[in-house]
Amino acid sequence: MTSLPASTPFISPRARPVRVRLRAVFEWLMESALFLVTGLSVITTLAIIVILVHETWKFFTMRGADGQLLVPVKDFLTDSMWSPLLSNPPRFGVASLVSGTLLVTAIAAAFALPLGLLTAVYLSEYAPRRVRSLLKSLLEILAGIPTVVYGFFALTFITPNLLQPISGSFGTHSAMSAGIAVGIMILPIVSSLAEDALRAVPQSLRDGSLALGSTKAETILRVVIPAALSGIVASFLLAITRAIGETMIVALAAGGGVAQLTVDPAAQVQTMTAYMVQVFLGDAPAGGVEYQSSYAVAFTLFAFTFVMTWIGALILRRYREVYE
Amino acid sequence: MTQPAESAPPERRDSSAVLPVAASAMPPVGAAAPTPPAAVAMRRFSAWYGRHQVLQAIDLDIPERQVCAFIGPSGCGKSTLLRWVNRMNDSIVGARADGTLTLHGSDLLGRTVDVVALRRRVGMVFQKPNPFPKSIKENVVFGAKLHYRLARADLDEIVEKALRAAALWDEVKDRLGSPALGLSGGQQQRLCIARALAVDPEVLLMDEPCSALDPRSTASIEALIRQLRTNYTIVIVTHNMQQASRISDTTAFFFEGRLVENSATDLLFTSPTQKQTEDYVSGRFG
Amino acid sequence: MTRPEAPLTSRTRMSQVVLIACALAAFIAVTALASLLLSIAVEGTGSLSWKFLTSFASRKAASAGILAPLAGSVWVCAICAFVAIPMGIGTALYLEEYAKKSRLQGIIQLNISNLAGVPSIVYGLLALAVFVRCFGFRSGETPLSFSVDWSAMRILSPGDPDSLWFIQIPFGSGVLAGGLTLALVVLPIMITASQEALRAVPKSLRQAAEALGSTRWQVAWRVTLPAALPTMMTGAILSISRALGEAAPLLVIGGFLMVMQTPTNLMSDFTVLPMQIYNWSGRPQEEFHRIAAAAIIVQLAVLLTFNALAIFVRQSFQKPLQS
Ligand SMILES: Nc1ncnc2c1ncn2[C@@H]1O[C@H](COP(=O)(O)OP(=O)(O)O)[C@@H](O)[C@H]1O
Ligand SMILES: [Mg+2]
Repeated sequence: MTSLPASTPFISPRARPVRVRLRAVFEWLMESALFLVTGLSVITTLAIIVILVHETWKFFTMRGADGQLLVPVKDFLTDSMWSPLLSNPPRFGVASLVSGTLLVTAIAAAFALPLGLLTAVYLSEYAPRRVRSLLKSLLEILAGIPTVVYGFFALTFITPNLLQPISGSFGTHSAMSAGIAVGIMILPIVSSLAEDALRAVPQSLRDGSLALGSTKAETILRVVIPAALSGIVASFLLAITRAIGETMIVALAAGGGVAQLTVDPAAQVQTMTAYMVQVFLGDAPAGGVEYQSSYAVAFTLFAFTFVMTWIGALILRRYREVYE
Repeated sequence: MTQPAESAPPERRDSSAVLPVAASAMPPVGAAAPTPPAAVAMRRFSAWYGRHQVLQAIDLDIPERQVCAFIGPSGCGKSTLLRWVNRMNDSIVGARADGTLTLHGSDLLGRTVDVVALRRRVGMVFQKPNPFPKSIKENVVFGAKLHYRLARADLDEIVEKALRAAALWDEVKDRLGSPALGLSGGQQQRLCIARALAVDPEVLLMDEPCSALDPRSTASIEALIRQLRTNYTIVIVTHNMQQASRISDTTAFFFEGRLVENSATDLLFTSPTQKQTEDYVSGRFG
Repeated sequence: MTRPEAPLTSRTRMSQVVLIACALAAFIAVTALASLLLSIAVEGTGSLSWKFLTSFASRKAASAGILAPLAGSVWVCAICAFVAIPMGIGTALYLEEYAKKSRLQGIIQLNISNLAGVPSIVYGLLALAVFVRCFGFRSGETPLSFSVDWSAMRILSPGDPDSLWFIQIPFGSGVLAGGLTLALVVLPIMITASQEALRAVPKSLRQAAEALGSTRWQVAWRVTLPAALPTMMTGAILSISRALGEAAPLLVIGGFLMVMQTPTNLMSDFTVLPMQIYNWSGRPQEEFHRIAAAAIIVQLAVLLTFNALAIFVRQSFQKPLQS
């Protein structure tokens, strides 16, 4: 074959060009479709807020036969008792549910945050490569286990085999049992996100510290962890958010149907989420005050997690050290 | 007084025609003053990464309170050698070494050597400035605080002395509390030097400290190195031959893991004894 | 100036303490996992049998099985996958290929990370209002219903509840509502995973396509998406396995705990494995704990299969994108 003369076009003159106008319309259609799909995620957020606000408003404006407000906002916020069924009149002091949630979350955090961070440090700074990848896949399994399984574990293992041998004050259900199970559940969140943050710290910083004569531990404590702090704190916040919103573990392991304001880890507690499960599984009539109260509780829960997520995003955005 | 190691091991001779020993055994012609004692000495020093040998039987003395430059094409093992002097290679899996390496006569390679204590005596400055994401002041006192219990006034004194020694004091004295990452590249590198000086090292290792910097910052660091040599033994890896000739007293030329030639800098650049050295310094390869 | 030197031995000892503490923490994490798996295996293996997989629930633990929740999980997760995967990929494409680095992207990104933090039970409330009740459409009346008769090419109204193509509005708490609920829950995860997959596609590949005169959609559809697809599929599998383990939002929308049939159409009542596990675990009798453990073994086996599949997809379809 001889080479083509320079003037020969590569494309045959018979080839028809694509219809540019049509293509532009198609482009526009696809972009609009993708935009709409993307918009759905914003709409989801808005819809959650609108529904929660609307139903909560209904709850706070319900009036009894005598025309009085059934649950004034002030009572909801300041009453110390939550007893929608057993007391007359019913009492709706959300503090009891919030304290239940916070007690379980605090136990879980006390267990999982230090343990998760130390595990992350081990993975990122000490573990030989093989051990590291093995440990990481084990933690991945832990992260994939459905939370109802942790609830079962709390009831059938943690309570009888860990807690009851230590102290006779632990019954079948307790804040401690649920808290430990929630802690195991959030452990892989902390360890994997904190490990990512630690590994993002450039090796040159470690070298710089070692070259000044730091021991490995000093390098970790004074350079690596401070440099990764924003990521570590964000992992803590995410884990705590998950603990606050966790439902199945506490519904199984934290207590029966009784909310109480307590800090005793051996006590039964009811969390915000567990109360919602109780309402929706029970036969409270839709539209009744008990049913409606679950929306006010959901609103409170949403407010907690919303604030936590925002703080996390702010910390990441403001304090993130950017390394090349 | 004279350089040790006149008798090279016989295997070396037949393994290659290169004669670094002969080169280093020759008394420096221009140097009227007697050669100072060696701060760091290597005998038949070899190093590997896993199975890959990157340094082969190096015999080298690094004289005290002078600037010694390592030159050679990239990949010839300069950084590796430098990082063995303060054992930075310990954290690389599979890195090992053989032969002897001593600091003022005491062994540096043994298992029992306390690397933390060693690194206090042998500081290092890296190719890319690596200040910690902390304030300027915290960076300077970082090492000093590791090794000593110090009162606040001592710390302030250290900060000023070290920053003055690194010729950075006047530029940053009003903002010691601001983040080190806000400094320019040249300032960051001088901060890293100040940080290394603040622990009172005897030897300062510098691995291409100017290669990430602009010409002006380079000039200021070169000036700094010339000042520092009155108090410190400095080993500097550089790719820039003008730089080597400007700042160093002795120069060692490496090629493919071997020390080809080591002599007084003006001698090495003006009348190299080895063909390879001549080719390299005249820019004919590399 | 005299400087009292800090004793080195105490520093080295401190260094060892840190190492031991870290290794110990990792060991505790592994122990927790091991004791969880072991205790469940010990408790549940005795009850596993073919009959257990193929029977409906029962008041007697000995004759109870998990056929209904197994079938329910399959239906619900299929619907969830069908909705969440394309939506997740579409949103990710828009954010990474069209709205890159815009203000809009920043806002939506924040919104997505917010959604990821919303407790799953709250999604149940949303789904209850939107899918189960359709905003109170025809509340208190009989729902609007129809079914499609494909053989006669006709739409019947009111529909035939036995037909596969039976739809009711509002949906009620059938498999369709369940699947859509789970889609809401996993959508943020799916979006984030797809975005990461798209970000991993080297810029040079996009630039090459653009330099040849591709439109944005052509770049996205013919170059970026195919390159990112294996990673996206891994993310999709992991999202669906998350859906497979969710119980809380489904409890809110329907709460069927005893279902004695497998679904026949989108409106059928259903239960899923985690709901069944919850039901049995919550009972005081030991024999129900044993079958709960057996159900957990089945659930974990399915999840492990999914994980293995994800690893397989990642390893076998991922071509190197850069030489
Ligand atoms: N961490 C390492 N692991 C394995 N090989 C390495 C490592 N660092 C450097 N090398 C190899 O060792 C040789 C010498 O490298 P180096 O000392 O960095 O050379 P130079 O600093 O002279 O450019 C090179 O072939 C390089 O590929
Ligand atoms: Mg180098």
